[in-house]
Amino acid sequence: MAARQQLQTGAILDGFTIGDKIHSGGMASLWRVTKPRIECPIVMKVPTILDGEDATIIVGFEMEAMILPRLSGVHVPKTIAVKSIAEQPYVVMEYIQGTNLLKLLDEAPLAPERVAQIGAKIAAALVDLHRQNVLHLDIKPSNIMLRESGEAALIDFGLSRHLLLPDLLEEEFHIPMGTGPYISPEQVLHNRTDPRSDIFSLGVLLYHFATKVRPWGIPKFNRSLRARLWRDPVPPRKLNPAVPAWLQEIILRCLEPQAANRYPTAAQLLFDLQHPEEICLTERATRIERSGFLTTLQRRFRSAALDTEQVQHVTERPVTTAPIVLAAVDLSEGMEQLAAALRREAARVLYFVPGARLACVNVLKLNRIGLNYSRDDQGRNIHVTRLVELKEWARPLGLGVGAVTFHVLESPDPGAALIDFAKSNNVDQILICARGQSNLRRYLGSTSTKVVAEAPCTVTVVRLPAATNEITQELDPLEQAGAL
Amino acid sequence: MRIGFLSDIHGNREALDACLAQAERQRIDRFVILGDLVGYAADPVYVVDKIMEMRETQAAIVLLGNHDAAVISGKIDKMNQYAREAILWTHDELDKAQIDFLKSLRPAYEEDDRLYVHSDATAPDQWRYITDVAGAERSLRATMKRLTFAGHVHRPQLYHMAPLKPAMAFKPQTGTPIPLVGNRKWLAVQGAVGQPRDENPAASWGVFDTDQNEFTYLRASYDIESAAGKIHAAHLPQILAARLYIGR
Repeated sequence: MAARQQLQTGAILDGFTIGDKIHSGGMASLWRVTKPRIECPIVMKVPTILDGEDATIIVGFEMEAMILPRLSGVHVPKTIAVKSIAEQPYVVMEYIQGTNLLKLLDEAPLAPERVAQIGAKIAAALVDLHRQNVLHLDIKPSNIMLRESGEAALIDFGLSRHLLLPDLLEEEFHIPMGTGPYISPEQVLHNRTDPRSDIFSLGVLLYHFATKVRPWGIPKFNRSLRARLWRDPVPPRKLNPAVPAWLQEIILRCLEPQAANRYPTAAQLLFDLQHPEEICLTERATRIERSGFLTTLQRRFRSAALDTEQVQHVTERPVTTAPIVLAAVDLSEGMEQLAAALRREAARVLYFVPGARLACVNVLKLNRIGLNYSRDDQGRNIHVTRLVELKEWARPLGLGVGAVTFHVLESPDPGAALIDFAKSNNVDQILICARGQSNLRRYLGSTSTKVVAEAPCTVTVVRLPAATNEITQELDPLEQAGAL
Repeated sequence: MRIGFLSDIHGNREALDACLAQAERQRIDRFVILGDLVGYAADPVYVVDKIMEMRETQAAIVLLGNHDAAVISGKIDKMNQYAREAILWTHDELDKAQIDFLKSLRPAYEEDDRLYVHSDATAPDQWRYITDVAGAERSLRATMKRLTFAGHVHRPQLYHMAPLKPAMAFKPQTGTPIPLVGNRKWLAVQGAVGQPRDENPAASWGVFDTDQNEFTYLRASYDIESAAGKIHAAHLPQILAARLYIGR
């Protein structure tokens, strides 16, 4: 290999003026750079090439060069330029201003609400990343930036995997690739195709922030990484009694050794982090001790067989399974038939998509002006009444706990409330009823029309079949305005 | 520059035309024809004339394949019975100008950091198949070029190899541009235009974008009934028509 030219402050490379070196690590060095017409602060990342060329460093750089330019959105740095085949390879990207999450670790243990809030930001970033067919596979505090605008941005994609592109790290499969405390069981077993690996690593991070302890310490040898296949961590509440049951439930579910027992998608994890009151608590929430000697021994024996099993099933799997389905339930009187039709549609969708989760939503319409009463004529709490009715609506579906949640939203604009809910919870599909068709309704615009037009996901509109020889009845305009 | 790669057309007019129609939408600047223009299907005259014209007017690079070589030389002893019948039939269909055109072709061609070859790089005129990582590695070690584009096996497959490492295989997804990054060699084996064998009957071809350094595998649906009907009408072996429907 020809002698490589050393980068120096003040030099110009492909139009980029090299500024200060801001980081120099084993894998790469980072330089501030500028280029005319690029307004945002940018950095050049240059792989550290030592004598003899460390293959892992080069391959990690190649993966970044492959993946970064294909990513977009607020949760990743914006890529400006990539040069992968050159004397001096580099990636130029946005310099993310904000706080590196590593700095916050000093403050651990954090308050549970804070842990959930940080977790939700990272889960939202994972949703966006997985949507783009990319797995990060090295989720840890130092690889997460909290932007000044509040969102979490993921950095360092050197160990990442794009599910539609070749895995250049495949040839290094004899060593587990990841960061000791955070690496998922699948990665320990050389499987780099499962989005739930990122959920595991996020679980380790949440555990650490909630307890100030790492669930499996800092493993010193590759061999000791295997403990996470069979040894369950100390329940967080034992280490920090301030951790509520719901947070322990979330963390331990993320840390399940079998990926199938974790949250199926980052969106479902995000959903729970945003609705702690809706979490269905299992044995995980109340656990106060680690498993006993015998159970542990059994698991340890079983884990010995995992190597072959796991490696055999290294196949691509679609990233978006286990969707969140929102049923917008209209509970008003006279709508019973439509509500039943909506339930039949929900049953159909859930039947065909295993792992799907149903969010039953009702919007309590508020008046834009004037008083809003929280109690009805008989003095009952309207919000609570609606919740009870929602649960009653869903009961015939026979959904297990954890597969269904109930939400009563309050808003003067039901359509907007539903769309907001769908956006902030990464809903994959909305089921909504449309009342009869009428010209007036078309003119005024109905809730379902608005949702169909503006929702960020698939929308299924449920209608009752109209009698063929019957003229659709015009509804009272006043009633129309309150669509849901 | 966007280079379109067409391999193993095998006298299938409908499949070739479908790929060329798709190529217009793909803004192709230039074509490389990776050999086996004829053999198997019933339109060798049309295909050879079309490719001759593409070489004349669009500076297409055209390579020799083993079926083309067999038509010229008459050496068919290494082929199976169906292929032999098709070669003999094809030979009688082509006129002198078309045969002379096939005679002018070479089995490999180098350009910039790229090697184009019908079979593999170790011995382009020995028609070895690259069917696995071992075959890919053999070929990648035999060339200094960073990128190799080959055909011959009728199944699209991508291989890559880092220095001092074994070759790795990747099954590409149709339509996803793959960046051929870094300090490693890449070998893009093309599927067949005229007789796909990866259980997807659509015509297979690919595009390399030299500016983006990205390769994209593409598929074009075509009128299989028509192509198969002509194979029957020409009294070529029936299996040559039947396999087009199932892509095997």
